[in-house]
Amino acid sequence: MADAEQQITQDIIAARHPFLEAWQMFRQNHAAMTALVVLSLIVLGAIFGPMLYPIDPFEMVWAPFSPPGVDGFILGTDYLGRDLLAAIIHGARVSILIGLSAAFVSVFIGVSIGAVAGFYRGWVEEVLMRITEFFQVLPTLLFSMVIVALFGSSLMMITFSIGVVSWTAVARITRSEYLRIRELEYVMASRASGSTDAKLIFKVILPNALPPIIVQAALMVGSAILFEAGLSFLGLTDPNVVSWGQVIGSNRQYILDASYTVTIPGIAIFVTVLCISLVGDGLNDALNPKLRQR
Amino acid sequence: MIILQNLLVRAFYGIILLAAVLVLNFSMMHMAPGDVADTISQSMGGADKEILDQIRADYGLDRPFLVQLGSYIGNVLSFDLGFSYFYNRPVTELILQRLPATLLLVFTAQTLALIIGVVLGVISARRPNGLTSHFVTLLALFGYSAPVFWTGILLLIGFSLNVQWFPVAGMRDVTISGNFWVHFVDVARHLVLPVITLGSIFLALYSRLCRATMLEVLGSDYIRTAKAKGLHDRDVVYKHALKNSLSPVITLAGLQFSAVISGAVLVEAVFSWPGLGTLAFQSIIARDTPTILGILFFSALVVIVGNLLTDLILRLIDPRIGAK
Repeated sequence: MADAEQQITQDIIAARHPFLEAWQMFRQNHAAMTALVVLSLIVLGAIFGPMLYPIDPFEMVWAPFSPPGVDGFILGTDYLGRDLLAAIIHGARVSILIGLSAAFVSVFIGVSIGAVAGFYRGWVEEVLMRITEFFQVLPTLLFSMVIVALFGSSLMMITFSIGVVSWTAVARITRSEYLRIRELEYVMASRASGSTDAKLIFKVILPNALPPIIVQAALMVGSAILFEAGLSFLGLTDPNVVSWGQVIGSNRQYILDASYTVTIPGIAIFVTVLCISLVGDGLNDALNPKLRQR
Repeated sequence: MIILQNLLVRAFYGIILLAAVLVLNFSMMHMAPGDVADTISQSMGGADKEILDQIRADYGLDRPFLVQLGSYIGNVLSFDLGFSYFYNRPVTELILQRLPATLLLVFTAQTLALIIGVVLGVISARRPNGLTSHFVTLLALFGYSAPVFWTGILLLIGFSLNVQWFPVAGMRDVTISGNFWVHFVDVARHLVLPVITLGSIFLALYSRLCRATMLEVLGSDYIRTAKAKGLHDRDVVYKHALKNSLSPVITLAGLQFSAVISGAVLVEAVFSWPGLGTLAFQSIIARDTPTILGILFFSALVVIVGNLLTDLILRLIDPRIGAK
């Protein structure tokens, strides 16, 4: 008996901010921690790399198809004699920037629609969920290709087109969280004490609905990077910037002469997305209280 | 009877969704800068405002938005999706010519991913720490993180260029002649790499879910009863447990149809597969708006039909669905 009481007291003392607790959980996950370190290096490389390695990725600097490590070019040159390492470093900026901002757009749309649907229920929910279903019927990549083809392929439009076609999963998750949380007693109490709908949606319910949304948002960054890579592989990209997918797309005719021009950018995408999904898995374990007991 | 009735309701709902796709298509076409008159005048090498107005009047582009929308929907109902100025052919004809290749790719990849995924899932559920189980985890990580077009190119380098086991591109070899089986084998050989590329992503997804549901079902009471009755282990797993763990996997597969088509666009681009994806890619480069919008419409149709089929299969294997 005494032991149990002591244990409870210790637990209360040990209780900290939930996000601090989640971080402690996350830190114990070796795969997720390694992925986080690698990911940080990639992001740092994307931010500072172009300053440390100021070679223009569009400039022809050497003979075409010079293999990696030969003639002083670490990753070799492509079919126009452009430095592949420069393309990878500069491409990282575009890929990660579009990944982050497209994920932000889709999380913003998804959370707004899911929150309103789950909070108000009734015909509002019915209408919003029908709209969500409608977006699920359209193949995302084709839809986004159509948007870019009709409205131009600036970075803004590409980001928008990725965000606007891929919010449905976020909306579904947010809605089910709101459906569950709105019935909890603390929300009832806040409602009874006269909170406005806006306060209930953003201040009372949202913080508790966040954990699964954060996990989904992390995964969305990965899939947005893959999405952008797909679009730019097809040539639907801003012609004034380099991105990883675009390097693969423009070099793929020459895989017989120089397969590394395709394999290397692919590895860059693969490693980045792999790290993001490992971090996402780690976040899921850390933020999901049901799994904690296991 | 109930199955039929439900199917009719779903089909009706699908038609409403398709109508919504048409409205979206038309609105996007309307909002986008430039119209048919611009395209035509461009192909003529420029035209003055009078001729542009004349073309707009000819094509009814000067009428109110809703009237134009009405006539667009009316045209689609009579299987007329417009005219492709790039290919100089009706869009419907273009799409119907390319549709079979995409359907072949999408349905082969889906079916194989589902069957192999379930088998892998069951095997790894029976031995959660076995080799298959680890393979499924690795495959899932790879399938989620590797860009599908890159996987395709790697397979191409490995199995078409280094070791020439499979053809590099296309769907059939025009130099081959013979009876049906010769052509069948030819198409099948072309199909192998695209299907592996596309299917591996979904294989990972299905096998992971199947393992999870199977583990859950294997822990339930009725399985313990079946084992206590002295039934053979294999019978318990494949006859009693599998039936109940299948429906979540099939539901997931139904939800993936639009993702499979998105993947197929990239896979078709890698392997020059003569389907809708390649057509979409070519018509986007050619700025051929009627064709692009027609493809979006048809792909939505494929997704809706795919969903209906999934629904039907689910109801057939699990009579509890819709029994109320």
